[in-house]
Amino acid sequence: MRKQFFTTITDVIEKDEKAVLLLGDISVKGFVDTIKKYPGRAYNIGILEQATVGLAAGLAMTGFTPIFHTIAPFLIERTYEQLKLDFGYQKLGGNFISIGGSYDYAALGCTHHCPGDVGILKHIPGMEIVLPGTAQEFHDLFLQAYSDGKPTYFRLSEKSNPESYPVKFGQAHIIKTGSKATVIAVGPSLKPVLEAARDMNVTILYYTTVAPFDKETLKANSASGKILICEPYYRGAILPEVMETLTGRAIQVETVGVPIEFLNKYGQAEEHDQCIGLTPAGVKEKLVKLLA
Amino acid sequence: MKENIIDLKKIILKTVHSKKEGHIPSAFSILDIMFALYDRVLRIDPKNPNAPDRDRFILSKGHASIGLFAILANKGFFDFSEFENFAAYDSKLGGHPDCNKVPGVEASTGSLGHGMPIAVGVALGEKIKKSDVKVYTIIGDGESNEGTIWEAALLAGHHKLDNLTCIVDYNHSTDPAIKVHDFTEKFKAFGWESFEADGHDQEALYQAFMKDPGGRPKAIIANTVKGRGIKKIESDMLAWHHKMPNDEELDEFLGELNNRG
Repeated sequence: MRKQFFTTITDVIEKDEKAVLLLGDISVKGFVDTIKKYPGRAYNIGILEQATVGLAAGLAMTGFTPIFHTIAPFLIERTYEQLKLDFGYQKLGGNFISIGGSYDYAALGCTHHCPGDVGILKHIPGMEIVLPGTAQEFHDLFLQAYSDGKPTYFRLSEKSNPESYPVKFGQAHIIKTGSKATVIAVGPSLKPVLEAARDMNVTILYYTTVAPFDKETLKANSASGKILICEPYYRGAILPEVMETLTGRAIQVETVGVPIEFLNKYGQAEEHDQCIGLTPAGVKEKLVKLLA
Repeated sequence: MKENIIDLKKIILKTVHSKKEGHIPSAFSILDIMFALYDRVLRIDPKNPNAPDRDRFILSKGHASIGLFAILANKGFFDFSEFENFAAYDSKLGGHPDCNKVPGVEASTGSLGHGMPIAVGVALGEKIKKSDVKVYTIIGDGESNEGTIWEAALLAGHHKLDNLTCIVDYNHSTDPAIKVHDFTEKFKAFGWESFEADGHDQEALYQAFMKDPGGRPKAIIANTVKGRGIKKIESDMLAWHHKMPNDEELDEFLGELNNRG
């Protein structure tokens, strides 16, 4: 996904004279030629994330489309007030592309973990939140949304789903339909869901955009009233939207996702997946419980 | 400019008194600076507030909004009658400025440390476009406790944004908490042209605005007095930071301005 990020963004900088790339001293090697070729619109801006978001807002005010990239906790949690006020409140368009969401950088410890990004960004009115599941989906979704005049968060992942789908910004993709339950799989969490639900009579809805949330697809594909939400960040972030969509109906909801606690182990991301049940077995266990 | 600065101060006093909102000392501290900017420096057209080639002024210390509103109304961006509704539920004008509501307001500031990085971004954007637009921002000495001010200063110095001027409203309001000391040397260390000026001498300010920064961003360290023009506020600026005058105090302050005017 990161290689595709280099390719897609390089292409955008080449073709769109309004696009300006700001790297927080991260992923610079992937853009060495771009920075040389477009010194006015591609910067290794330095390690000062808060001012960079403010600067990006100033660029947006002058008609540019800023694209700011660094590691998730520094892009989102450190700059939260700038994202809220400089972009959200002022209604400016910009793009924020992270790597290292949740515990992708497991071995670096909790200072570099960021499972809270999606949940807190949902509290910024107008913020769009996109979680591609594959490199191709990042490319497609970025081109669909990057210049829509709104602040948009693209969460890159070290993980990837087995195949890409023809995803549309703001719309859930129906992977399959079944009658016993509806599984909502967000971004790269589709992979364990596909394996867990392979032989089960359930609907799978694949969400690569969680804000704005596609209520219509869920409403039309949730007749069973049994819902399993599978999220690769702090669990429950989209629960209010699910409840709001299905209000007035008898429903039963289960969640798989990152528990709200410091995962203070190191190791590999897959080990954390095992620990919290973000695995085919973990998803299946929740599904069986839901269907019982 | 239609009204003189004394008349603008009277409007501010009366508004804060009647609406029970607004920061009088902060507004009076920077009124001369903004008056000089809007009267003689900025390339703006109140009838076309979004003209792409306009100069930009960003009030980073947004709590002085009522001062900015007085200047903008005086310039003709909107009518003084808007002050009759100041800080009301459906008012355009509030305790901090909203760029999506108020013609002439360039940024929605209020949380300290936001306006200056935005100003740096606007200056960089205009540089990319190779325009001759100039960008001005006022920060407070208290605001400069915020790290983003110095992050932004580093960025502006590194990118040699000589279309950017930062005016420091140095009224020493932050001294009891934390002293910032020599702003001039601090900005120079960040790659800026930097010098002091009397923040209440409009001719001196004008000369400072005209000074060639030599290919660098320019910092004008404006020596100011919080609550300038009202002795009671000047002598007890911390207590008056967000205090509303009562009826007797309003009469006293208006009388003091009349005597000075």
